[in-house]
Amino acid sequence: MISHQVENGVYRVKVEGEMTIYQALELKQGLMQCLHDCAEMEVSLAGVSEMDTAGFQLLVLAKREAARLGHPLRLVEHSPATLEVMDLFNMAGYFGDPVVMPQ
Amino acid sequence: MNMDQALQTFLVEARELLQAMEEALLNLESEPDDKEAIGAVFRAAHTIKGSAGLFGLDPIVAFTHVAENVLDKVRNGEIAVDSDLIALLLSSGDHIGDLVEQVAAQGGEPDAAALANGENLLGKLRAYLSVAPESAPVARKSVAPQPHAEVHSSGGGLVGSDTWHISLRFGQDVLKNGMDPLSFIRYLATLGEIVSVVTLPDAMPAADEMDPECSYLGFELDFRSDADKAAIEGVFEFVRDDCSLRILPPHSRVEEYIQLINELPEDKIRLGDLLVKSGALTQKEMDECLFLQSLLATSAESEGQPETVPALGEILIEQGRVQPELVDAALNKQKQARDNKAQESRYIRVHADKLDELINLVGELVIASASAGLLAQRSRDMQLHEATSTMSRLVEEIRDGALQLRMVQIGETFSRFHRVVRDVSKDLGKDIGLVISGGETELDKSVVEKIGDPLMHLVRNSMDHGIESAQLRQQRGKPAKGTVRLNAYHESGSIVIEVGDDGGGLNRDKLLAKGIERGLVSANQNLTDQEVYGLIFEAGFSTAEAVTSISGRGVGMDVVRRNIEALRGLIEIDSAQGVGTTIRIRLPLTLAIIDGFLMGVGGSSFVVPLDLVTECIELSEAERRETRESNYINLRGTVLPFLRLRQLFEIQGKAGRYENIVVVQYGGQKAGLVVDELLGEFQTVIKPLGKIFSHLRGISGSTILGSGEVALILDVPALVQEVAGSAQGGQKRIPASA
Repeated sequence: MISHQVENGVYRVKVEGEMTIYQALELKQGLMQCLHDCAEMEVSLAGVSEMDTAGFQLLVLAKREAARLGHPLRLVEHSPATLEVMDLFNMAGYFGDPVVMPQ
Repeated sequence: MNMDQALQTFLVEARELLQAMEEALLNLESEPDDKEAIGAVFRAAHTIKGSAGLFGLDPIVAFTHVAENVLDKVRNGEIAVDSDLIALLLSSGDHIGDLVEQVAAQGGEPDAAALANGENLLGKLRAYLSVAPESAPVARKSVAPQPHAEVHSSGGGLVGSDTWHISLRFGQDVLKNGMDPLSFIRYLATLGEIVSVVTLPDAMPAADEMDPECSYLGFELDFRSDADKAAIEGVFEFVRDDCSLRILPPHSRVEEYIQLINELPEDKIRLGDLLVKSGALTQKEMDECLFLQSLLATSAESEGQPETVPALGEILIEQGRVQPELVDAALNKQKQARDNKAQESRYIRVHADKLDELINLVGELVIASASAGLLAQRSRDMQLHEATSTMSRLVEEIRDGALQLRMVQIGETFSRFHRVVRDVSKDLGKDIGLVISGGETELDKSVVEKIGDPLMHLVRNSMDHGIESAQLRQQRGKPAKGTVRLNAYHESGSIVIEVGDDGGGLNRDKLLAKGIERGLVSANQNLTDQEVYGLIFEAGFSTAEAVTSISGRGVGMDVVRRNIEALRGLIEIDSAQGVGTTIRIRLPLTLAIIDGFLMGVGGSSFVVPLDLVTECIELSEAERRETRESNYINLRGTVLPFLRLRQLFEIQGKAGRYENIVVVQYGGQKAGLVVDELLGEFQTVIKPLGKIFSHLRGISGSTILGSGEVALILDVPALVQEVAGSAQGGQKRIPASA
């Protein structure tokens, strides 16, 4: 599930629940839409309970697309499920976001 | 294929593998040096662990891992096989089975009992490993040393790193096929230590074309493990067709890295960088690599083939760097892989429901074609008649083919009893062996499923009450080791399953006394041996006291009989005191469609299974007069008791001008059925009767004729018993169906 709020042109996007192949199509549309509309985007992963390769790919896609559009993208509040995948794929460096455990 | 289906496949395979493992272990018990059996046990454990890992079923992986380590040591001859080890491994197999059921089938966590049992077994298994409890799955020492490694270490140009390098590019469809690259990497981590991972998202297309359900990621992994190449490849077995996998062993040649770089889709320089970064290659090695590569390219150019850089493998062989046996080994491996494929394609798994549906449809087809045939006959159109008879022949073949699909060999059911006999004989402290014959006999799958429990009762009963103690056996001059036999064969449209033992046999006098005491029979009745033995199937008849003096579990023989009769079967006992007992179960081959023999009485039609009909005779006028009062005739010198269906079913209307006797045989007894008309062969689709008819005696089902009328299917076993019983002069009716 994806939702967002806008603050000063910064889209604060929340992804919640599972981030797997079952939600991939819907999440891709949501993320791409926000990315196009925004000037700057922050994706909170605190609510992600499960992530598979399909879910992870979406983050990679968003990162790449953000770079192409020139809109800064930050991933914040990585949930444990997200962190596990990032670690396994050794991709924390790719995103370059400080990884902070959610409160 | 979605994940659920994959899991179902895993379940089925795991059960089969556990079964194979058990059989191999039991083999080992008699032949502890059987290398093949050890291999089979190891492979079973290994494959279960591998597949469980794919599904993230950690409890199964954790336990099986330890068992596999022990098996590995057994395989390498470090641990000797003895009965304690086999018992432990058998229980471990059972435990894995429990875990599979609890974790995989029901999707839960193992319950407390299973956990405790697991800990207990793990303790014993680790004692064999004689190492401290392993924490995380640690690199396992496996199989023969790598042949590659030796060759490589002798040559020059090797890289310094001691890790495996694995290049993985997943096909786009793996995610859709329910497999997640993540789980493969997770599983790989159970075989050793993943030193570094580089994820390559380069293959991902632009946002608009990117399908979020496709997989675009590639991985370069460095992996430290003692596992061999086959084991590492095994990790990716499930996606073998769906991913490109390259594995370089530790200390590979620089050339192999060049080849790897050449083969991969990503930019060469970037890959080179990446390999250096991940530690697979040092910068110096990388430089050498690039130099060699350019050298190869120029040499190719100078030969006038600028387009095609020769395959590295060819060059290596030309230069004599790869030994021919290595190439042979590689070729063999490929051939093996092909053979495996071929074997796989010889079978397809089909859901049982689909088969049932097919058989139902074939049943309807049979009825429809009978009706078409009848109409064709009435129309007196010769060509139509011919066409329908051709069709009906084909329908018959389709019917046989469809039913054949459901046939399975009983051998698998039988071989389960090796374990039962082994365990029960240990419990009882008797030395008992199992002899199986006729395992290739085929019968309907639904029957096989339902026969397991009754057989279990009978086998346990034979072992407990039938076979005497070793001491008593020696006194009686028998070998100390008792024998239980399971046998199966076909006989006139039924399958016969025998459970035999060479024990003490049934004591007729004791049984009879007990029966009289219970009021089941009266003292002045003249009973055959069969009838006396049949008493043990009466509810509440305590077999323990009656048969032998050993008190044992009360085994519900009445339940056994009820189960068998629910399958339209019959159960009989042969016994000789001091020599042994054989219990014979007779079951119909199929429960769905049979070849029937159609008979008419008055306006009604009846069907008997054709296989049970031995002959038909016409009753002459003289014989009719003679037999009016009696219920038997002289058939070529033997007494043939018979039943008049007209009387039995109280059919109204005038008797026909002729009467015929249809002689049926069941379970070694013959009986005649007196009918008006013989209507010939008829393909019969058995339709069960409704519940309200369930108490009807002598009728086992109904079927629909081509004309749309209903014909009743006669319950021949019950009728034969009834006729045989009344012919012996007693009024007593033997209860045929409880």
